[in-house]
Amino acid sequence: MNEQPSSVAGAENAAAPLLQARNIVKIFGDLRANDDVTLTLKAGEIHALLGENGAGKSTLVKIIYGSLQPTSGALYWKGQPVTVANPAAARDLGIGMVFQHFSLFDALTVTQNIALALPPGLGMAELAARIRTVSADYGLPLRPDALVADLSVGERQRIEIVRCLLQEPRLLIMDEPTAVLTPQEADQLFVTLKRLASEGCGVLYISHRLEEVKRVCHEATILRHGKLVARVDPQQETAASLANLMVGSEVAVVKTTRGLAPGEPLLELAGLSMGTDDPFGVSLKNIDLTVRAGEIVAVAGVAGNGQGELFAAISGETLTAEASQVLFAGAACGGEHITSRRRRNAAFVPEERIGHGAVPTFTLSENVVLTHHAIGEGVVRNGLINPQAAQAVNAKVTEMFDVRKGTPDPEARALSGGNLQKFVVGREVILQPRILVVNQPTWGVDAGAAAVIRQALIDLARSGSAVLVISQDLDEIFEIADRIAVISRGELSDAVGAEDMSLERIGLLMAGAHEKANQAGGTAAAP
Amino acid sequence: MKIILEKRSQRSRAMALLSPLLAIAITVVTGGIIFASLGLDPAKALYVYFVEPVTTLWSIEELIVKAAPLVLIGAGLAICYSANVWNIGAEGQLTIGALFGSAIPVYFTTWQSPLTLVMMLVLGGFGGAMFAAIPAALKNRFGANEILTSLMLVYVAQLLLDWLVRGPWRDPQGYNFPQSVPFEGWQLLPLLGEGRVHIGAIFAVIAVIALAVMMGRSLRGFEIRVVGNSPRAGAFAGFNQKRVVWFTFMLSGALAGLAGICEVAGPSGELQPSISPGYGFTAIIVAFLGRLHPFGVLLGGVLMALTYLGGESAQITMNLPNAVTGVFQGLLLFFLLASDVLMRYRIRIGSVMRGSAL
Repeated sequence: MNEQPSSVAGAENAAAPLLQARNIVKIFGDLRANDDVTLTLKAGEIHALLGENGAGKSTLVKIIYGSLQPTSGALYWKGQPVTVANPAAARDLGIGMVFQHFSLFDALTVTQNIALALPPGLGMAELAARIRTVSADYGLPLRPDALVADLSVGERQRIEIVRCLLQEPRLLIMDEPTAVLTPQEADQLFVTLKRLASEGCGVLYISHRLEEVKRVCHEATILRHGKLVARVDPQQETAASLANLMVGSEVAVVKTTRGLAPGEPLLELAGLSMGTDDPFGVSLKNIDLTVRAGEIVAVAGVAGNGQGELFAAISGETLTAEASQVLFAGAACGGEHITSRRRRNAAFVPEERIGHGAVPTFTLSENVVLTHHAIGEGVVRNGLINPQAAQAVNAKVTEMFDVRKGTPDPEARALSGGNLQKFVVGREVILQPRILVVNQPTWGVDAGAAAVIRQALIDLARSGSAVLVISQDLDEIFEIADRIAVISRGELSDAVGAEDMSLERIGLLMAGAHEKANQAGGTAAAP
Repeated sequence: MKIILEKRSQRSRAMALLSPLLAIAITVVTGGIIFASLGLDPAKALYVYFVEPVTTLWSIEELIVKAAPLVLIGAGLAICYSANVWNIGAEGQLTIGALFGSAIPVYFTTWQSPLTLVMMLVLGGFGGAMFAAIPAALKNRFGANEILTSLMLVYVAQLLLDWLVRGPWRDPQGYNFPQSVPFEGWQLLPLLGEGRVHIGAIFAVIAVIALAVMMGRSLRGFEIRVVGNSPRAGAFAGFNQKRVVWFTFMLSGALAGLAGICEVAGPSGELQPSISPGYGFTAIIVAFLGRLHPFGVLLGGVLMALTYLGGESAQITMNLPNAVTGVFQGLLLFFLLASDVLMRYRIRIGSVMRGSAL
């Protein structure tokens, strides 16, 4: 990671920037999603747009791409004022966009998918030839006749990029492109982006991964709460200084203490296999894993590789075929429902806080009842709810996890994502469970809240509990995990000590290096 | 130009409670306009419709007689709808409840003991619950839409009633009229006071209080609200969605069945081909008018009972057809749903380009 971005080259019009968004304001109801934001992007520049969730990055990009119109402010393209009425107009100007979520048809080939997005008039054979040329030129190997269903997430992203490149864009917008990629795939993407920039194409790169931004970007525009806070040269900044600009305050450093010898196994998965009824689901295949008292084990992997199914199998939302496939403290409980498993002193935090971990229209104290009704400090007695007890739990969680809210007991939906996540995690941690399973503990959460949550997980493990963390965030995993396993297409690798795990090795595993050969063609990972 | 419904950023609790009052006000105004267009004096017509029925003791008693089944059924439906379970077939459950309960006087005509009445009431509730279990089973087992199945079963129940009172259950001494033997003694509900008010009204009040406690304080009520609001959170809490479907359907069915047997053992005193002026359907409006809260249902039930009485007095005093009742009930439901939508959304007319609201 010691390479430097190539210098700005091939700028066709040094006088006028390629794109300028001047004083953009966008108001939704009472919310100022963009408040006087100005962004200037030169040809041949890779420009990072940084900000936490809800900072207004997506709104700004949608305005540039024509899917939203600004309340006030204007766009200038090569120095000329323009109105981008819709995405088609953006494409006509030469703006291409690669979305975080792909829009591809699984049942069609690469060529067919790309043909759907292009203006008619090009023969299929001719198009296939051009795809081959362009993808080879830019180091994005693609077989034009491959079925999308058979491709990995990284390859699917390549289709989207090639689709944009065929239209010879002057500006390429990429929304969190590496969120779904293995480290190796990300490296390959950076080579392509640098090549594009060297040819004079501008790239607007949206990310919250600061190391990456330092590595490939020439300029960075940082937003916070819809306002422009800084425009910096990422080379001159550290990841910590960028984070401070994004968050607006110092981010607490998570204190890890290692060295305690793990105790007895508390959570064991033994040959866990499970089919799926959901056409987009992933089957779990013969998963073995042990989490011992006092340690945090992390399951890494690209989204949609069976994380949700694994969580449901451990929590008891889905029952396993044989009880012995899931063991809590040695007791086979694969056939027990989630309530019985909670009574075994286990606790769970699902990925989606709204609608799964909490009911949005219920108050926080009611949401305490959601997971404490069968356990805990008399929240329910003789079938009747004790509101005072639930309120006491809420107050305790609020205090311990610094949950910020307007009133003591608001509806869950009134909280910001970070604060609600602190509540949902805190609600379980406060029970001091012997086993805690958390799916994406800090997904979409600001850096301050993430630090609080990670610290709580570490402290719980050090107090003698077994903690299993399922996460896509490799930085988070290396920060807190004692051992790391990788899930890919429903198969789990062996858990390896974090100190023995490198980014390269994890990347190979995320791409499926451990999958058994005889099962490799079985299912496709749903994006 | 387009009409756009824009979600309001916040919903106020006060407005949610105000919505039914607003709907009632608009219904009265619209009703006045309809009367005027029929060439009637709107003030007098509205007086006859809404005020006259509560000016005499007799008509207040009649109001209670009509409100009792509406409240009983509406309270059960409110629980159902809170669970996102759409029982539209309360009219059928009412009919089957009436049939089950009436089996006692029909087959044991001479049995006279307090137990007779208890048995009739228990069977009434049981019959309604069993009939409601059919759409619940179809939904849980096959995923069949309960709105359709419960509604279609209403007609099954009504045809069954019709066949019984014209066929096997017809009173042999009834001069061939389509009706059962008249109920007597302990086969009839005790009356409260001198008039027609019977202990069904007390059942309704007890049901309202019991359900309010259940929904507000018990884990069972919490389970119903969670599953209705957010099924995935319900599964995460360890609640079984199918169990909630069974419970809410059979509870509302039992209450409708109880209302049914109270109707035949009370005001009617016998089985007839028609035992309810659509209480089971009107109770749907009552449930929504009451904001799906048992205490709200109590007020909503009284108001809807008034529309029945108003319809009758408009018929007598002003020679208006009985359909006026249906018109008012429909207007009220329409305006209620409209106010609810406008509480949650605001209307914006114009192009998509404009950023700010009205």
